[in-house]
Amino acid sequence: MTATGRYMGARVRRNEDARLLTGRALFVDDVHLDGMLHVAFLRSDYAHALLRSVDVAAARRRPGVVAAYTAADLGDYWRPGPLLVPPPPIRGLVFHARTQVPLARDRVRHVGEPIAMVVAESRYVAEDALEDIVVDAEPLPVVVDLEAALAPGAPLVHDDLGSNVAAHAVQRKGDYARARAAAHVVIARRFRYDRGAAAAIENRGIVAQWDPRAEELTLWDTTQAPIPIRNGLARLLGLLESQVRVIAPFVGGGFGPKIMMFYPEEVLLPWAALRLGRPLKWIEDRRENFSATTQERGQIHDAEIAVARDGRILGVRDVFLHDTGAYDPYGLTVPINSQCTLLGPYDVPNYASEFTAVFTNKTIVTPVRGAGRQHGVFVIERLLDFAAKQLGIDRAEIRRRNLLRPDQFPHNHEIIFQDSAPLVYDSGDYAPALERARELIGYDGFVQSEQARLRAAGRHVGLGLVCYVEGTGIGPYEGARVTVEPSGQVRVATGVGTQGQGHFTAFAQIVADVLDVEVDQVHVVTGDTREFHWGTGTFASRGAVVAGSACHAAAVRVREKVLELASGLLGAPPDRLELAGGRVRVRGSSDSAIPLGELALRANPLRGAVRPGTEPGLEATAYFGPDRGSTASGVHAMLVEVDPETAQVEIQRYVVVHDCGRVINPMIVEGQIQGGVAHGIGNAFYEQLVYDEAGQLLNASLMDYLLPTATDVPAVEMAHHETPSPLNPVGVKGVGEAGAIPTGAAFAQAVEDALSDHGVEITEIPLSPNRLFELIEAARSARAR
Amino acid sequence: MKPAPFAYHRPATLDEALALLAEHGGEAKPLAGGQSLIPAMNFRLARPAVLVDLNRVAELGYVRAGRDGLQIGAMTRQRAVERSDAVRSAAPLLAEAMPFIAHPQIRNRGTVGGSLAHADPAAELPAVMLALEARFRARGPQGERWIPAGEFFTGILETALGPDELLLEVVVPKSPARTGYAFAELARRRGDYALVGVAARVTLDRRGRCQAARITLFSVGDGPVLAAAAAAMLDGQEPSPEAMRAAADAAAQRDIDPPSDIHASAAYRRRLAAVLTRRALARAVERAAQASQ
Ligand SMILES: Cc1cc2nc3c(=O)[nH]c(=O)nc-3n(C[C@H](O)[C@H](O)[C@H](O)COP(=O)(O)OP(=O)(O)OC[C@H]3O[C@@H](n4cnc5c(N)ncnc54)[C@H](O)[C@@H]3O)c2cc1C
Repeated sequence: MTATGRYMGARVRRNEDARLLTGRALFVDDVHLDGMLHVAFLRSDYAHALLRSVDVAAARRRPGVVAAYTAADLGDYWRPGPLLVPPPPIRGLVFHARTQVPLARDRVRHVGEPIAMVVAESRYVAEDALEDIVVDAEPLPVVVDLEAALAPGAPLVHDDLGSNVAAHAVQRKGDYARARAAAHVVIARRFRYDRGAAAAIENRGIVAQWDPRAEELTLWDTTQAPIPIRNGLARLLGLLESQVRVIAPFVGGGFGPKIMMFYPEEVLLPWAALRLGRPLKWIEDRRENFSATTQERGQIHDAEIAVARDGRILGVRDVFLHDTGAYDPYGLTVPINSQCTLLGPYDVPNYASEFTAVFTNKTIVTPVRGAGRQHGVFVIERLLDFAAKQLGIDRAEIRRRNLLRPDQFPHNHEIIFQDSAPLVYDSGDYAPALERARELIGYDGFVQSEQARLRAAGRHVGLGLVCYVEGTGIGPYEGARVTVEPSGQVRVATGVGTQGQGHFTAFAQIVADVLDVEVDQVHVVTGDTREFHWGTGTFASRGAVVAGSACHAAAVRVREKVLELASGLLGAPPDRLELAGGRVRVRGSSDSAIPLGELALRANPLRGAVRPGTEPGLEATAYFGPDRGSTASGVHAMLVEVDPETAQVEIQRYVVVHDCGRVINPMIVEGQIQGGVAHGIGNAFYEQLVYDEAGQLLNASLMDYLLPTATDVPAVEMAHHETPSPLNPVGVKGVGEAGAIPTGAAFAQAVEDALSDHGVEITEIPLSPNRLFELIEAARSARAR
Repeated sequence: MKPAPFAYHRPATLDEALALLAEHGGEAKPLAGGQSLIPAMNFRLARPAVLVDLNRVAELGYVRAGRDGLQIGAMTRQRAVERSDAVRSAAPLLAEAMPFIAHPQIRNRGTVGGSLAHADPAAELPAVMLALEARFRARGPQGERWIPAGEFFTGILETALGPDELLLEVVVPKSPARTGYAFAELARRRGDYALVGVAARVTLDRRGRCQAARITLFSVGDGPVLAAAAAAMLDGQEPSPEAMRAAADAAAQRDIDPPSDIHASAAYRRRLAAVLTRRALARAVERAAQASQ
């Protein structure tokens, strides 16, 4: 059964908004428990140092301090975290797993790494006590720059490895050397693409409580993966999984870093709560967030494209370095996404891609919304721009000529994706989206006359137009349980956590359509391991695809149960019954209809006998695991105006045409896109993590780390295209990251276009006004020479 | 990000506040809008042992257009200045600059005195007050004194105020006839501290020549910088586009020695200073010409 109904594709107002807007939604920091203590962490000020000793005696003596711990206090509990994402089976792959530890023992490898933990009556006292701790550390030479990290004699982040290489992977398709030899033009460039902090509004936070009577540990955690946290903690603490309850309540933004596990705080708070017998709270502050929460950062690509005279891509070669930070618990997800997404919506017959992941003395890198895809998109889109210029082909046209055609799907790119499966695009129809974006931004008029007219008036306006794909909705699986209650209301429980994606509405829409009830009668709970036992988490734009499909499957089973039960009561076979408006009746008859609630009551008899094998209730649990991910796609276009004197850039318009398969709720999808574009604009123009040579982050506050604000992000003009995915019954593809992925590429093209009379070439993102000023000046003096 | 322990006093009168400051000497700090002091305390960059909260001292909050000029009490909220008709007519340069300070929420709390006493080199108000030749009235155990704007700002986050002295008010003198003003700044985002900013005041003589120009720049040094070389180039000159461009270039090349930081290099700051000064001068001259008619 495929998903259809009145709610599919409808602009349904979000079920969760009443709670959120009236302040009744529970966030971790809203949890207040009797006797609760507060935790603060002493974090390393050094990017790299040997720890000789850590003395917490004075901190323990401070009034109001209940405990202070160092690595030595953890005993056997001290151990490096798990390798969360083992690398995919790529031939010849080199990978060295080095994972983070709960408290640094003899060495610190990045600023912000926790060294000691203080528990006190208030956070104020806990922070005062941090100043009482005496650390004897010997600073070591620091590895910051990617290329310097690989130079002979570079300081080593992990001595035992003998180099700073964390991983090396080569993936090939076809024969690039042959393609290159046959090319009309080969264009090679060096690209730098730097990303930044996820900067969710809500930082991380944890409350841990041990109930000795129930013998149960409860953890409120901002995690995107409550079930894996539960499983891991049970193992670490020697408890049954059923003795650990992890609740990820409402969370103010995830964007990737909250899928990381285990963060040191996540293993330390439960441990200390058990020892102290009192509930503990730790709320990360913004300064901690900048060094203790994972980030995404830079890659350096040396890439070339071989094209035919008509602009067709014959092949691409790319060699890149990827900064993985001090540890690599998240495996190779980010660089593999870069490697795979570079191929974009294009037919690239020959591809040779090689990367080296590099350890540096910086905060750990894990996926942030887009998760490396931006880097790849930037490289291919810029290469196409340069090829178009050199060949004298219009930039929209060179893209059109290279797009995969509908008859090429499913399309096998012959390399391995982050989910360890071959990179196969499920479905797509790319040319109409490109055409639509051209129309919406007014491409032809702008290129043919408007731009010249503006330029004559002294204005430098440019246009960017780029394509992208997003591998989404990967496995392994999610589950859901759907229950019709005797009130007639429907309850849906699923294991994924929610961080603002609208799950309470999108999942409800899917279920409401199957059971034909009102959407606000469907109550979704997510992120509480007590409610649903199995699952993996919210990542890789997979909630709607994987958990949504599980909700659908469970609802379909409940529907079958409903019809079966009603069939007996109404004396008609199920296929003659009709379920509508929350009632079942015999089709075409005006006789009595039975409400769902009454059926639920009847499905749970309290006396008498049932037919052997009968399950009580109108309830079903189902799981969904796709063969592989589904590939969303789209086109972004933007208009910018640049003041060449001041290097200030203003974004005038932003257009997104995107295809995430079936759209469950356009309003939610549009919100995701708008938010993603905001992230993308931040990445392109405002945000940058600036480290100095000593590995210190120079802008670890929201005063200097510039998030775009409402006045910096235009209202995105959007159009939806729907190429349903054949890989799931709902036909959806993910959309959570789409908005953020091609923004840098579009921005670079647009700014370059605006400054075409200055001869500026842009091969890097982010691009601050200061950097743009330098590029303009460099181009000016190059011309003068 | 919690402050170190401190004692807190909330006096109701100026005398009480001054007494508390005198009692605690350098240990105490006055608290105005708290928009700079509290973040610094939360980062533990500032750790006063005692806070003397001025928010109940009602006598320090006022805007008055008097005979000597415009008087603004130290505790006047920035938002009140922004919305004041008296400010708009008596000191249009100040009115033009106000919306560039942070965001409305911050201007609702932040005070004029707090901003001036804080003396951030990237702040708008010090540069505006320097351009307008304002005078500062301060009181401490030694009594009251007047400090001209040119002597008030002594370095990065430093002023001529003693630790037990309070800034009470700032007075902006009346400006001469045929005077025009302009304020310009560029920041990374709306509400951010400026990358570079300029305040300009130009007075024309009866023949339309520049009689006096006063140009100040900020976020280009240790405090607001008076662009003396630029002003001198305009003195007695026809304010032609070429003359203004030359003056603006002088401001950028000779009057300032800007720092480099993560947002802007010194070279970029010089460029912005030249462009913004040129644009501000053009607008100020145009307004002065209008005022001459
Ligand atoms: C997000 C953000 C953005 C901002 N952007 C800008 C900006 O773009 N431009 C700008 O100029 N400012 C900006 N600010 C700072 C803001 O304008 C502050 O309000 C101002 O700098 C200080 O004023 P306050 O009243 O808050 O003073 P407080 O923070 O209370 O005090 C500041 C200092 O002045 C001292 N002080 C206060 N009053 C007196 C007095 N009467 N006598 C002696 N000493 C006194 C205090 O002891 C303290 O040392 C920003 C602030 C924030 C939080």
